Amino acid sequence: MKILVPTPLRQYAGKQSAVEVPAATVGEALNGLTTAYPDLRKHLYGDEGKLRAFVNVYLNDEDIRYLQNDATAVKDGDTLSIIPSIAGGRV
Amino acid sequence: MAGIAEKVASLSNDEILRYSRHLIMPEVGMEGQLKLKQAKVLCIGAGGLGSPLALYLAAAGVGTLGIVDFDVVDFTNLQRQVIHGTSDVGRKKLDSAADTLNEINPTIEVRKFDTRLSSANALELFREFDIVADGTDNFPTRYLVNDACVLTGKPNVYGSIFRFEGQASVFATKEGPCYRCLYPEPPPPGLVPSCAEGGVLGILPGLVGIIQATETIKLILGSGEPLIGRLLLVDALAMRFRELKLRKNPDCPACGTHPTVTELIDYNQFCGIRGEEAAAPSTMRDMTVEELKQRLDKGDDLFVLDVREPHEYQICNIGGHLIPLNDLPKRVSELDSSREIVVHCKMGGRSAKAVDFLRQSGFSRVHNLAGGITAWADRIDPKVPKY
Repeated sequence: MKILVPTPLRQYAGKQSAVEVPAATVGEALNGLTTAYPDLRKHLYGDEGKLRAFVNVYLNDEDIRYLQNDATAVKDGDTLSIIPSIAGGRV
Repeated sequence: MAGIAEKVASLSNDEILRYSRHLIMPEVGMEGQLKLKQAKVLCIGAGGLGSPLALYLAAAGVGTLGIVDFDVVDFTNLQRQVIHGTSDVGRKKLDSAADTLNEINPTIEVRKFDTRLSSANALELFREFDIVADGTDNFPTRYLVNDACVLTGKPNVYGSIFRFEGQASVFATKEGPCYRCLYPEPPPPGLVPSCAEGGVLGILPGLVGIIQATETIKLILGSGEPLIGRLLLVDALAMRFRELKLRKNPDCPACGTHPTVTELIDYNQFCGIRGEEAAAPSTMRDMTVEELKQRLDKGDDLFVLDVREPHEYQICNIGGHLIPLNDLPKRVSELDSSREIVVHCKMGGRSAKAVDFLRQSGFSRVHNLAGGITAWADRIDPKVPKY
């Protein structure tokens, strides 16, 4: 499946905007992504291994929190989007 | 409702001519134009997003336009903040914006709030308006605007940008989600790209600000399908618009069924932002630009390391060895730990991180150039351009 990487995180994903990973669930897809790009892990997950509160993951147009989170089944042709919060110019 | 509106407000012949292209359109018409005239919209910020937003709301005839800003126009603003012109550099953004808006439409009232939006003034300010449009550029104010909108029951027309990507939505309506339903907590300061690594394509705030203006006007008219419960993503480089579903989170701390945010809080603390003093660089490892100049002139053996990006190096450099901050871990072998190293970036933020990293990697004689190449341009060599 295809995972879309947002601009702020591309620097940790080999500067790519999309990464293709084989996966049957959302969890497998994210695991495949962070295995290929370990630098992404700390930006996506907190110390307890939970997805960070300022990062949302969407399967197609639906928030995985309102599906079955990591256990959500995915199929070829699905797109996973990582959407971090952005504030504007300053931080 | 329309009957009441007509009793308290009407359009002059000049206004009828001005708004002719609205009036002949049934979706707006006289009724809609009077709604616009009676509407009170508060724009937070007169910067990148606030510029197009306020320009179009003024042109459309929004009767009362409040603007909150405490900043001054500088040259780096002009690439995107189209409400200000070159001759406005150095003026208060508020005055510059008000002049432009009055020139575009003298029939509206522009209300200037020369202040930093804070937990102390937000609720009182928001209560005087119908809709709040968030054109801010930092997380503490984003959460402040959201919470104050939820507490006062005012819709929050949201827009946000980063480089060439933007987000827009309408938060905090009665039936819809708020910003905290989407992002309960902000990122810790270290995990988001900083000022100089960020940057923004100048037209992007134009695109996103006009989407905010469109949503504001739709809310006033009560027509169309506002972006409630939808997050619009704009990728200006691919010119792709996508839409994600947002849901009202029943456990949301601000707008959920049992809210824990019942008053405004300290948003700098909430966002983990240190006070000015605490953020000041520690002097023991810092070097001033004057000291660097003096020691280079003396012929001291100093290795100058520049940790900015290659495209920044092209804008200006002081002859340092270029290793971008993110590449430092894998290129650290290029450095000689027995030499004294001075690290610089644009302002001093990234170089401080580089100094931390190098010290942890066993480099003992490492200094951070305080204020970066910007301070060098200001105080040592005015021929070096600032960006």
